[in-house]
Amino acid sequence: MADITLRVNGSEKKVNVSPETPLLWVLRDTLELTGTKFGCGAGLCGACTVHMDGAAIRSCSTPVSQVAGKSVITIEGLGANGLHILQQAWLAEEVAQCGYCQTGQIMSAAALLAKTPHPTEEQITQAMNGNLCRCGTYERIRKAIHRAAGNGGAQ
Amino acid sequence: MSPLSRREFVAAGVAAGAGLVIGFYLPHGEGSRKESFSPNAYLRITPDNKVTVVVARSEMGQGVRTALPMILAEELEADWKQIEIEQAGASTFFGDQTTGGSASIRTTWDPMRKAGAIAREMLISAAALTWGVPRSACMAENGHIQHAASKRSLSYGELVGKAATLPIPSDVPLKQSKDYKIVGQRLARVDSPDKVKGQATFGIDFKIAGMKYAVLSRCPVIGGKVSAFDDKESKKITGVSFVGKVGDSAVAVVADSVWGAMEGRRVLNVTWDEGANKDLNSAAIAAALKQAASKKGVNLYAAGDPTKAAGRKISAEYSLPFMAHAPMEPGNCTAHFQGANCEMWIPTQVPQDCRDSVAAAIGLDPDQVKVNVTLMGGGFGRRLEHDYAIEAALVSKAINAPVKVIWTREDDMRFSPYRPASLHQLSATLDGSGYPAALTHRIISPSISGQKGMPVPNGVDPDLPDEAGPVYGIRNYLIEYVQTDTPVPLGWMRSVYALQCAFALESFIDELAVAAGKDPVEYRLHLLSKDEDLPYFTTTWHTARMRAVLQLAAEKAGWNKPLPAGRLRGVACFGCFSSYMAEVVEITMENEQPKVIRVVAAVDCGQVVNPAILEQQIQGGIIYGLGNALRAKITIDKGRVVQGNFDDYSPLRMDEAPTVEVYAVPSEESPTGIGEPSVPPIAPALCNAIFAATKKRIRALPIAS
Repeated sequence: MADITLRVNGSEKKVNVSPETPLLWVLRDTLELTGTKFGCGAGLCGACTVHMDGAAIRSCSTPVSQVAGKSVITIEGLGANGLHILQQAWLAEEVAQCGYCQTGQIMSAAALLAKTPHPTEEQITQAMNGNLCRCGTYERIRKAIHRAAGNGGAQ
Repeated sequence: MSPLSRREFVAAGVAAGAGLVIGFYLPHGEGSRKESFSPNAYLRITPDNKVTVVVARSEMGQGVRTALPMILAEELEADWKQIEIEQAGASTFFGDQTTGGSASIRTTWDPMRKAGAIAREMLISAAALTWGVPRSACMAENGHIQHAASKRSLSYGELVGKAATLPIPSDVPLKQSKDYKIVGQRLARVDSPDKVKGQATFGIDFKIAGMKYAVLSRCPVIGGKVSAFDDKESKKITGVSFVGKVGDSAVAVVADSVWGAMEGRRVLNVTWDEGANKDLNSAAIAAALKQAASKKGVNLYAAGDPTKAAGRKISAEYSLPFMAHAPMEPGNCTAHFQGANCEMWIPTQVPQDCRDSVAAAIGLDPDQVKVNVTLMGGGFGRRLEHDYAIEAALVSKAINAPVKVIWTREDDMRFSPYRPASLHQLSATLDGSGYPAALTHRIISPSISGQKGMPVPNGVDPDLPDEAGPVYGIRNYLIEYVQTDTPVPLGWMRSVYALQCAFALESFIDELAVAAGKDPVEYRLHLLSKDEDLPYFTTTWHTARMRAVLQLAAEKAGWNKPLPAGRLRGVACFGCFSSYMAEVVEITMENEQPKVIRVVAAVDCGQVVNPAILEQQIQGGIIYGLGNALRAKITIDKGRVVQGNFDDYSPLRMDEAPTVEVYAVPSEESPTGIGEPSVPPIAPALCNAIFAATKKRIRALPIAS
């Protein structure tokens, strides 16, 4: 066990966990931020996607020790002032069905738009291909990203 | 009714109209409900003008929390904005609460309409009495009762006290579809905002004070048992508080965190008694299916006599593997055993079955077990099982504390029930024009219900009446079922037997069209050209409705127009869960692999409740079915499931997802199933497109094998 300090959604959090614990479980169990989901535990499905210093990472495969001192943004902290433009687009396009993968999808899309405000189809595919959706919402995810990009890009 | 026979009961209930049962009257007097008007268990109106609709089906992404209340709100003449949703747990008020068989709308259409209409009529009476005017002078509209002559209006909330004192009418008028204002609209899903904010509570997110976490080590060999275990290393892991056997074939590791429990399991040392299946493998399973094919089966459908037809004979054999549901949210359940009762929080399609099985497992009466239904991260039939509910209850009882059991993805992939592997033998006799004068389809498959010890009346698996019916008006047409056996656990996976039957039949019809030198759409339309009723168990299939969806799909796909160079297409149609579906697939071939560019789907599912949700369901079913067709395959080696995660069991990703266009035949018929019918035609339509491109016929799924 070790004391580890993280910056999560803008505030400092001290946790006492074993250092190899995946960030996912620290977020979900210790910090009770359950918007980040467990899907595969192996970085294959993207349901656990969060941002570390602005980059999309798979929190299920990232030991919390690697995140010490870094800034983590989860779905709960994405829209600093109300809904992020992507969350609005997700609602406008009625993307979600079961919704389980969608927080990870939105986090991947947000990392994309932050770097590439007007992505091409190919850039969208590349950024989103690691995020599985078993309900088959891919077409609407694509539309929602275009909608958000067309409305002025990332926040 | 045994707890296991419920799904079968649903199927029978749909057919017999048992869905008309309306929720029992809920007596007033409980706390916050004191001042409310609740003429039945589906509905509660409070003086603050809130209308709470109770949803007695489970939300797994298919939209029941939106669509079911829309049906009630329509008859109630409610203002949609005043509707609030409450999820029912396992209850005795609503009849069967199974969410499966594409039956949620089918089975609640009548009770939800009636529940709304009863309340509407009582609110009209309450207003008429309040104003001292005839009922006929009052009208319900947008959450108010209006008296046009005096321009008076009272909100439903204002009428609650009076309405609650009135007798409940049993016979109420229902609206005509031409007057619908809510049903048929593309209303936004009520569950979307929480889902995009990460605030929706799925089963895996649920937490109560003092809760522990458990993962289980299960025997990797099907049917094997725990022989002995050594927990010394597990107990060294921080937070691990308990290691113990659960049933005969698993050991639970309990900790104060999920990660602790997983680590505890990683170092747990279990000796397994591998049992009778330790040498089982996929080749032996395929050989057993082939051997069983020589057995005589039972007739599911028999028109004329195929043996009497003369002409050119064609036959082919098709096979499909076991497949896994793999919903995004792995299995989980929270249980709190408290001696004389047990409370559960579970993402389940069968709350009542969970209640009954848990009660039996821990020695309580069903009414001592309270089952709360959470949101589900997908279901696809995987959550028609009660396995993790029983595990959670047993672990909670063992440690005498609340506990959440979590399955990992590998657990889900390796210890789930699977879509049965099956074999299909098709044969036809073509007449002088190349059309089948006779067609025989032999389905050789283990029975899901049979394996679970549920009734298989007259040798007919109880799901086949929903999923294996005739499509075409062929004079001599036989569908035969040969029930086989397998030790591999079987479950109901989205569209159940329909995927297998449609793959075989619709690939074969394509082979016949090719043999006859005819266009595959024209060929099918010819077989549907006469208006015929094809009675099949409790459903009657109409060739006219299938013809209409096929024509619609072909027209919207531009079937008769040339495609760009390098692009090919295929078609298939099938009916299941009383709905009709046709799909046209356009592909290109890249490095000898198909890339699906576009799918055009047409459906006749009767009255559409919410067209936006309908589109989601059809698009989703097609993406799911494409994943099944291209790669889904569970193999068995040394009695173990080989696949473990999304690398070796790889669903469709964005780069492979086509655009899917959805068209519905306008209809005022009662609604039929929509969760599953889009799945079956996609595999044969794709394989038929691949044939058009390569002249290679795919007779075994998945395509990638």
